[in-house]
Amino acid sequence: MERMFEWGGGVWGGVGLAALQVLAFMVVLLISLAFLLLMDRKVWAAVQLRKGPNVVGPFGLLQSFADFFKFVFKEIVIPAGANKTVFILAPILTLTLAFVGWAVVPVAPGWVIADLNVGVLYLFAISSLGVYGIIMGGWASNSKYPFLGALRSAAQMVSYEVSIGFVIITVLLLVGSMNLTDIVDSQAGGIWNWHAFLLRPDRILLFPVMFTMFVIFFISALAETNRPPFDLPEAESELVAGYQVEYSSTPYLLFMIGEYLNIVMMCAMLTILFFGGWHSPIPIPVGDMPDWLISLGSFLMFAVKVIFFFFLFAMVKAIVPRYRYDQLMRLGWKIFLPTSLAAVILVSGYRVFTHQFGI
Amino acid sequence: MLLIAFYILSSVVVLSALFVIAARNPVHSVLWLICAFFTSAGLLVLIGAEFLAMLLVVVYVGAVAVLFLFVVMMLDVDFVELKQGFLSYLPAGALLGLALLAEIAVVAVAASSRAPSGTFDPKPGAQTNAEALSKVIYTDNLLLFQMAGVVLLIAMIGAIVLTLRSRPHVRRQSAAQQTTRRREDAVELIDVKPGQGL
Repeated sequence: MERMFEWGGGVWGGVGLAALQVLAFMVVLLISLAFLLLMDRKVWAAVQLRKGPNVVGPFGLLQSFADFFKFVFKEIVIPAGANKTVFILAPILTLTLAFVGWAVVPVAPGWVIADLNVGVLYLFAISSLGVYGIIMGGWASNSKYPFLGALRSAAQMVSYEVSIGFVIITVLLLVGSMNLTDIVDSQAGGIWNWHAFLLRPDRILLFPVMFTMFVIFFISALAETNRPPFDLPEAESELVAGYQVEYSSTPYLLFMIGEYLNIVMMCAMLTILFFGGWHSPIPIPVGDMPDWLISLGSFLMFAVKVIFFFFLFAMVKAIVPRYRYDQLMRLGWKIFLPTSLAAVILVSGYRVFTHQFGI
Repeated sequence: MLLIAFYILSSVVVLSALFVIAARNPVHSVLWLICAFFTSAGLLVLIGAEFLAMLLVVVYVGAVAVLFLFVVMMLDVDFVELKQGFLSYLPAGALLGLALLAEIAVVAVAASSRAPSGTFDPKPGAQTNAEALSKVIYTDNLLLFQMAGVVLLIAMIGAIVLTLRSRPHVRRQSAAQQTTRRREDAVELIDVKPGQGL
């Protein structure tokens, strides 16, 4: 936060520079999102033995851009009984929150817009706000299916946030800092230091606990982003398209982009919390490589991991059938919550014990 | 810069608090309330208490206000009826408001007459404020903290006891039973000879 204002040209120069940085980051994020969206559809198609989008551009590479223009040039339809302000505000809020969270995500050493001390908590706070876009959109549509979808979604997201919170706490207890850069750096030096595969000699006892936490976080991330198999808010077979039924054109596009940004954000969080961020699985001797090369390599490593998780998200969507609502709630409250609570107690107990005896 | 930010944020807080009571639609009121919560988190960031700010957003905006919104949206509110009660509630409301205002005035006068005791520091001794807060809560006042936890636990148990009904004839799904069920438990193949029957 404070660092943002120290760069040249006094306060306003710093603000201008930060604004440019944010703009560049957003553009990169949106363009990579376009290709990730295509990847999602391609993976889905491949599982179903289809070809997927392959008409626009080579291998359908420009499909997302074509879709973008299609959405933008359609007419915006606002239902007569809708609450207009809230109806328009909801997709904008979703997209804004999806972008705002990325401000604290470090993609390579030092490549972060705001290096907050409470970075993880900030991400958690922003992702817990995401439910408002959905609930506002569903209510403002003044229609039954969107409203039911919004209510389902609110209950679902609030439930799974709890276990996500506890999983994050286990990681924080191991690292001892809420700064995302610190969390990544504590996993440096090889795959055995990553929180998902904690095989370091002094922490090997925690390996089963942390691996379970990794799996729980992954599944809760699916539920938190309303991805299949937890896409009950927009279950086509029951609610047509859930809270998005009345949305068309650009507002719908904003909802969609926001949703996918949240998915990629969850992939990034999995990478940072459990997969060692930008550190490679086997330590690479950097020697006297120039700084920019190290940064670029780190960034590529980070991107590869995020894409890997996105691939997993896409595969889950293609393979797993949708959960029933009561099963979803049972999984969240009766299985994930007690398990993650027990893990918090185990990890903190381990930390206190090892600290006490200086192991 | 900090001062400008403070004035912008605090006027947003005051205005949205005003709209909470001025809005005709209860859902809009809750949305304004959320806006007020979120902006007060911004004020906390300004004084350097970023941990508290994040907690405010996570707990109040992310959880409590969602439930508010949830409940208010499902209420069947008749706006005409809501307006009619206004005059009859006015004297009691005005009295309550005046009492609160008087209390604030008394506290403000008393506080301004006292000399300021040292400066306020959200990060004592170069700790992050999460560390400083956790030292106070989990080390200095551990007993009080645990007692507060027990009070909450009792409240929770009370809520469960009040709402728990045992309904004996309800058939529930047991996931464990379903997944451990084998083919032999369900299907029996019998080779029926022609003309004999079972």
